[in-house]
Amino acid sequence: MLKALASQFRTLWTILQHSFTKAETVQYPERQPYLAPRYRGRIVLTKDPDGEERCVACNLCAVACPVDCIALQQGVKEDGRWYPEFFRINFSRCILCGMCEEACPTYAIQLTPDFEMCEYDRKNMVYEKEHLQIEGTGKYHDYNFYRVSGLAITGKDKGQAQSEAEPVDVKGLLP
Amino acid sequence: MATIYIDGRAYEAEAGENLLQACLNLGLDLPYFCWHPAMGSIGACRQCAVVQFKNAEDQRGRIVMGCMTPVTEGAIFSLAGDKAQQFRQNIVESLMLNHPHDCPVCAEGGECHLQDMTVMVGHRDRHYRGRKNTHRNQYLGPLINHEMNRCITCYRCTRYYNDYAGGTDLAALASRDHVYFGRHQEGVLQSQFAGNLVEVCPTGVFTDKVLVHDYTRKWDLQSAPSVCVGCAVGCNTMPGERYGKLKRVHNRFNAEVNGYFLCDRGRFGAGFVNSKQNLFLPGLRQPEGTYDTLDHHQALHHMQQACTTGKVAGIGSPRASVEANFLLRSLVGAENFSPGFSAHEQPLVMEVLQLQQHTAAVIPDIATIESADAVLILGEDVTNTAPRIALALRQSVRNKALAMAAELGLQPWQDAAIRNLAQDQRNPLYITSVADTPLDDVAEVAISLAPNEIARLGNAVARNIADEVNQLPDEPLRSQVDAIVTMLMSAQRPLIISGTGCGTSTITTAAAQLANVLCAKGKRAMLCLVVPEANSLGQAMLCDADAPDLDQLQHRATSGEFDTLVVLENDLYRRGTNVQIDALLAAFNQILVLDGMDNPTTSLATLALPAANFAESEGTIVSLEGRAQRYYPLFQPTAERRPSWVWLLACLKELTHKDVEALHHFDDITRACANAIPALSGITAAAPDHHFRNLGQKIPRQTHRNSGRTAIRANISVHEPKQAVDEESPLAYSMEGLNRAPPGALLPFVWAPGWNSNQSLHRFQGEVGGPLKGGTAGVRILLSGNPSPGVSNYPEKEEPAFLDMPQGLWLLVPRQQIFGSEELSALSPGLCELVEDAYIEICPADAKSLGVSTGDGIMVGNSLATLEVRINDAVAQSCAGFSVGLRGAENLEALHSVSLQRADNWRRRTPKPSSEEVIGSDRTLNSEALTRGTFRQRSARKQSTLPEGPHV
Repeated sequence: MLKALASQFRTLWTILQHSFTKAETVQYPERQPYLAPRYRGRIVLTKDPDGEERCVACNLCAVACPVDCIALQQGVKEDGRWYPEFFRINFSRCILCGMCEEACPTYAIQLTPDFEMCEYDRKNMVYEKEHLQIEGTGKYHDYNFYRVSGLAITGKDKGQAQSEAEPVDVKGLLP
Repeated sequence: MATIYIDGRAYEAEAGENLLQACLNLGLDLPYFCWHPAMGSIGACRQCAVVQFKNAEDQRGRIVMGCMTPVTEGAIFSLAGDKAQQFRQNIVESLMLNHPHDCPVCAEGGECHLQDMTVMVGHRDRHYRGRKNTHRNQYLGPLINHEMNRCITCYRCTRYYNDYAGGTDLAALASRDHVYFGRHQEGVLQSQFAGNLVEVCPTGVFTDKVLVHDYTRKWDLQSAPSVCVGCAVGCNTMPGERYGKLKRVHNRFNAEVNGYFLCDRGRFGAGFVNSKQNLFLPGLRQPEGTYDTLDHHQALHHMQQACTTGKVAGIGSPRASVEANFLLRSLVGAENFSPGFSAHEQPLVMEVLQLQQHTAAVIPDIATIESADAVLILGEDVTNTAPRIALALRQSVRNKALAMAAELGLQPWQDAAIRNLAQDQRNPLYITSVADTPLDDVAEVAISLAPNEIARLGNAVARNIADEVNQLPDEPLRSQVDAIVTMLMSAQRPLIISGTGCGTSTITTAAAQLANVLCAKGKRAMLCLVVPEANSLGQAMLCDADAPDLDQLQHRATSGEFDTLVVLENDLYRRGTNVQIDALLAAFNQILVLDGMDNPTTSLATLALPAANFAESEGTIVSLEGRAQRYYPLFQPTAERRPSWVWLLACLKELTHKDVEALHHFDDITRACANAIPALSGITAAAPDHHFRNLGQKIPRQTHRNSGRTAIRANISVHEPKQAVDEESPLAYSMEGLNRAPPGALLPFVWAPGWNSNQSLHRFQGEVGGPLKGGTAGVRILLSGNPSPGVSNYPEKEEPAFLDMPQGLWLLVPRQQIFGSEELSALSPGLCELVEDAYIEICPADAKSLGVSTGDGIMVGNSLATLEVRINDAVAQSCAGFSVGLRGAENLEALHSVSLQRADNWRRRTPKPSSEEVIGSDRTLNSEALTRGTFRQRSARKQSTLPEGPHV
């Protein structure tokens, strides 16, 4: 009996203490919360350090997406790069899980610490490439896929990628 | 059967087959690269290593290659043993040493055998820190992309290209880790079967160039079982679609037809599906010549009105389905229905059907053609008219090698050993044709003759076999007849091939009679007659022999019998000269055209209805071996495009036609057609009907990992529509359903866990390389080996005469082209770049007398055409070969006599590459054939045309 009563008072005391602690809630939107750089918010497409589109339209984000909200079509530029002719994310379906970012072999698709994308009209939640593409490199500043890949593009010939030897001379007879 | 022990478990396997094949048959995962079910083993890649133990006491074992180890009774193996696993992992690691970091930008990614095998062995990290070898790529033509960095040197490409398909311009160059697979110099791959490199290469060295520039991963492709409409062979295909566009065509395995391989016309010739010339809305012609678009209700109303005013004639199409043709025939009546062949071609095709229905010989499928031990080709250039048969013939001449191997007890999969053993020894292949053919390099003898002389030769051989007397008096041919008779009589399974390609029925008749004579002599003779189009034979079966041809239709229309003409998927301007077709169409008041694409015939229609093509509709077509096969829509047609059968059925319903009251589904039409036409009674068995369910479920067209469902249409509307329902087939337009061992006719794509590439096919086969678990697609409706009692042993008809052209006249003989002679494939991107302008081929003596050289212009007839001349010493003198179906040759008709004269105002095109640029490996095997000691009479043939007296 006494024990139960003590518990009651302890509870009251604890709650009373909360009247003097700092509130966890903030006056959003007047005050913006801190979001870590790796927060999983609005998706962007980034560019490589040379300012070229990073996305090579490999379709891995689309296939990794658990809600199938990414659709794109590959094309080949004149310089030999693969790029998305269109790239569409239906954010009204997106669950911001970040699987696409994890799947992306070129660091093109990245999630950003921005979640403020409410719309009154669902169709405005459909982002095309021009809405997704940003000018910068996002979280990964140095990576340039074509400097690693063996595919030759204008300005990067065969043998000029990372740890590649000069093209083989097929006609050479030396052992 | 033998019992083998793998990792402690006992399994039953076929004694003598190789262990790799046995493991795959047993459902065990054993990685491999260089082995291919159609090409056997060479043990080059060392990937399928397993440990073999001497006996139960042996704990150590030794590493052997699965593909080179025959299954023997009681053998003990280990796949999972550490040693074998480590070995396989090391092998993949070393193969991957130079593999570039390319997968995201590689068209093989996601269906890459190398990816699958790497994952299967568990290799992850590249430990070698040295630099990667790189290679420069080559331009290999508009169809195939080359990315040599990705090569793992398994040698499958050269083994396929050179050994299997008989190509000469792809080779392994350089040595050690510099090995390079390519041409000696850049250029278009010359083989007509080069496209199979895309599927044969286990990684992304050879990829489909058209696909690379508009790429979709395999998992995103919506696929359906389809049948190639490029020629009459009826190869099974798996086209893939995304965003309403056909992206690529892959081979669909059919053990009796195409096996693992397609020709390039089939693989790259379906791009016309995406043509800009496609019609999407019905059009009604206005007096001033413009078209008003209609919706389908209005169109149907106009169609119904046109069919009720006056009498209606119909022209079907040998490239449309049996069902659509049947409905048109019901609409206009059998006596007013023309099958849509050209007036010249119709009797030929009808005759071919007759001959096949009444022959005592076996009508072979492609797999049976590969079993022939002596082949005689009469006139047909199969590489260009029915290409897949040519690839089969290249395998049939290897039966000699297999027989030699069997004598020595070598297993048939010991590929390198058998080729080494046989060297150049082949079964005899004897080719007679109007000029050189791409098969000449494997022929024992190849001679050029004018078409009627080929028939004469065939008849002489038949008589000679029947009477054992060589009646042919003239020497050059007389000895040939003896040679052919010896060849055929010493064979067990002789095969006679002929067809409509030469444009005369005397040859096909001679071929059929020869086959009958051989049967009478107790041979298991085979007779293969080639017809021009995908459904030519089905169309001949649908129509009576006296069905009106285009000329008769025109006469009857001119006499006022008809008002309206309905044309079904047929560009009539390819069926006759412009003058003839203009006259035909002018004889009708109203012309209704159902076609998918804008073409000269559609442009003259009073009402044009957009008809879905093979990728958007279902249909049954009958191949040249009499196999009825069903193709299914890959995607739904957009706008007002409808399958022809839908248009026609709707019109018949509007007209309250009594025959169609009970027809609601596509299957009902097939059934009605089978009931009405005795020759086609078997077509209902071509594929399961729309009620079929695979273990209670439909068969999905999409893979289970099809992506982007909620975003594809989001730019149009965020509200996702219900998935389309396919009422007409057991296939679903979604990923829902079960694609596990479906009937062969319903296999939309191949995929198995761990096997993302096309190598997963073995999981769908009863045994590796054997028929599909669900049965072979299609049904043979042409029964062979049933001679009608009245068939005589040799020709009763009048003997065809020797060619005896008057001075100054040449006989036009058709030269078929794999790219261009077929109407629709020639419109496909990539492939259209290989379609040349029309040309005319004459022999050097004629060229000299005309004073022309290669590249000059020649005027044919009274300005029928002015074409570029090519000098070909294999064309018979007094014959002029003209390219069939190419732009510029529209007004030329086969076997017409024409005058030729040098065109004065001809502008030469860019000069041909000089002979210095060609090195030995590039040259056709002209000289090689001679050094081999084979007899080639391409140039000697002219003498045979010389004697002018004793014949006729």
